[in-house]
Amino acid sequence: MTFKTILSLLFLLPHIAFGAKADAKDIMLGAVFPMTGPIATYGQESVNGMKLALKRINLKGIRGKKVQLIVEDNKGEPVESANAVRKLISVDDVYAILGSVASSNTLAGAPIAQSAKVPMLTPASTNEEVTKMGKYLSRTCFTDAFQGEVMAKFAYNSLNKKHAAIIVDLSSDYSKGLARIFKKRFKAMGGTIIPQDFSYNQKDTDFRTLLRKVKRKKPDIIFLPGYYQEVGLILKQARQIGMVMPFIGGDGWHSDSLLKLAGKKGIKNNYYSSHFSPDDTDPAVQNFVKEYVAAYGSKPGAMAALGYDGLMVMADALKRATSLNREALQKAIASTQNFKGVTGMITLDKMRNARKGAVVLETTEQGNIFKEKISP
Amino acid sequence: MSEDQLYFFYDLFQYLINGICQGSIYALIALGYTMVYGIIKLINFAHGEFYMIGAFTGYFCIRGGIPLYFAFPIAMLVPGIIAVLIEKIAYKPIRHAGRIPALITALGVSFFFQYFGQNVLGADPKAFPEVYEETIYNLGEAVSISSTQIIIIVTTLVLMLFLRWLVMSTKVGKAMRATSFNKDASELMGIDTDKIISFTFFIGASMAGAAGVLVGIYYNTVEPMMGLIPGLKAFIAAVLGGIGIIPGAVLGGLVLGVVENLVVGFWESTYRDAVSFGILILILLVKPTGILGTKTKEKV
Repeated sequence: MTFKTILSLLFLLPHIAFGAKADAKDIMLGAVFPMTGPIATYGQESVNGMKLALKRINLKGIRGKKVQLIVEDNKGEPVESANAVRKLISVDDVYAILGSVASSNTLAGAPIAQSAKVPMLTPASTNEEVTKMGKYLSRTCFTDAFQGEVMAKFAYNSLNKKHAAIIVDLSSDYSKGLARIFKKRFKAMGGTIIPQDFSYNQKDTDFRTLLRKVKRKKPDIIFLPGYYQEVGLILKQARQIGMVMPFIGGDGWHSDSLLKLAGKKGIKNNYYSSHFSPDDTDPAVQNFVKEYVAAYGSKPGAMAALGYDGLMVMADALKRATSLNREALQKAIASTQNFKGVTGMITLDKMRNARKGAVVLETTEQGNIFKEKISP
Repeated sequence: MSEDQLYFFYDLFQYLINGICQGSIYALIALGYTMVYGIIKLINFAHGEFYMIGAFTGYFCIRGGIPLYFAFPIAMLVPGIIAVLIEKIAYKPIRHAGRIPALITALGVSFFFQYFGQNVLGADPKAFPEVYEETIYNLGEAVSISSTQIIIIVTTLVLMLFLRWLVMSTKVGKAMRATSFNKDASELMGIDTDKIISFTFFIGASMAGAAGVLVGIYYNTVEPMMGLIPGLKAFIAAVLGGIGIIPGAVLGGLVLGVVENLVVGFWESTYRDAVSFGILILILLVKPTGILGTKTKEKV
């Protein structure tokens, strides 16, 4: 045996060990989520939600079979996402893939799934480009076009702010896309946007100088479409240098860590749009919240609800598919109509994007307060 | 003077304060780089990880209810001890093999701590507990400095002066300088160079640990990969000031911090790291010995 074969066998070992556990007759699905890394809480929450859905699905099974979910960690990095998608297709031979959460990660894996003709359903990536990658890509959440519009309307109408600055996370497709749409909508309504570009990169920690630059332009509201890790630090440092105007953002803010990172002063008087509020009185939502609390001991966030809905839509499509193959499955996913999920009524449009409402939440020391629900 | 011009100076002053503060952190880490390099000519790339270990030690101590004035020395002690162990286990056995194997071992140690940390502590960033209520002092109408910023700058200066005193005016310092100058001759003179090298690692890692806690308080977040970029920046700082020279490390750190903040303030934040690493290339091309570097060999 050559060195190379030994090496490749060594690499195969974990997969063999994994494969042995699964029954060959089960329906194998893949999932690509950040279980570690800077946005790990998104992945962990999504997978928690999906595990609840899986439990429910396997009570009855689908087509007389059980569903198995193989979760791959992409560490929140595009390269790792592409590798994970490739692995799920070539090694595990899955029927379909669920994932991922951050748009940059989903976009990295999308062309691979598309060219292998494996249905890929993202429960949470909102960037416009995702479903434009091909007809095997779909999503069960709203897009940034909608989210950007919601926040522009909320800032202009509900908060009555007319002069906005935008701070973009340059390393994120999600952030750039959202910023572009907010700019367009806010201007169209009659607001003004400070023309200067303010930007940072993921994992930056010192924003004091950047924020001072923003402060000097005297905006009355700041649109900050980033992820919670940097958003938390930005909020804290902004309040420290005496910036009192509200910051608003998208679903990337969503995390329990936000309050811890921003601190008591930083968290006050900010708003973001999200997919789901556990305070929704809908019985289906309350039922889900109860089940989630019983299983994990904490209230579900938006990512958990989206993960749950994503897998439920997938299971529904598996049931409706004319036969059990990838092509039929994709057709069934794309024709999802009025599926009642915990994040709202899910109908996929021609571009395989879900049309559904958004909620606007206010961040406070005691947790998020539900402000408005905005329908498409 | 028009209002715009006036504000230009306010801004400049504020960026300088932010820069000196960030630079102090670089300086504290660079001190360890420079001392270790001075004594065994090893660029210890694992040095950023001692900073991370210090930050996490502080994090767990403070969360466990230990007050800051106890947590701070503990967070200096723990990375110091780990550094000594690493030196004994990983670096000492290959000390005779030349500089390149040692350098690669250092990279290995660095990766080990980063990924071991991710596994044990979890990769998600942890919020550093609030230690005290931060006060902001306003200097004039548009410039401010926070109590944390003052603490960082003062701590750095005190630790640098302490090191300077340690190296120049104590017996241990004399032994360090001798070991740096000629290890074999020092041994013949009865200096236990192994002990001196361990001691240098200990001091260097303690400085990084101190920086870790300060950064935890200042930025409010700690995570296992946090040592990577500051470690590299501190390396730039050490080279910029003249590697092996203690005041050089501090000078290099401060210059780098100020330059970075000026780039963010007056230009684009995205160019910050490009400029930092550009400085490294430039200094290596133009004056490889660094700002304070001379051709004498007596370095610690």
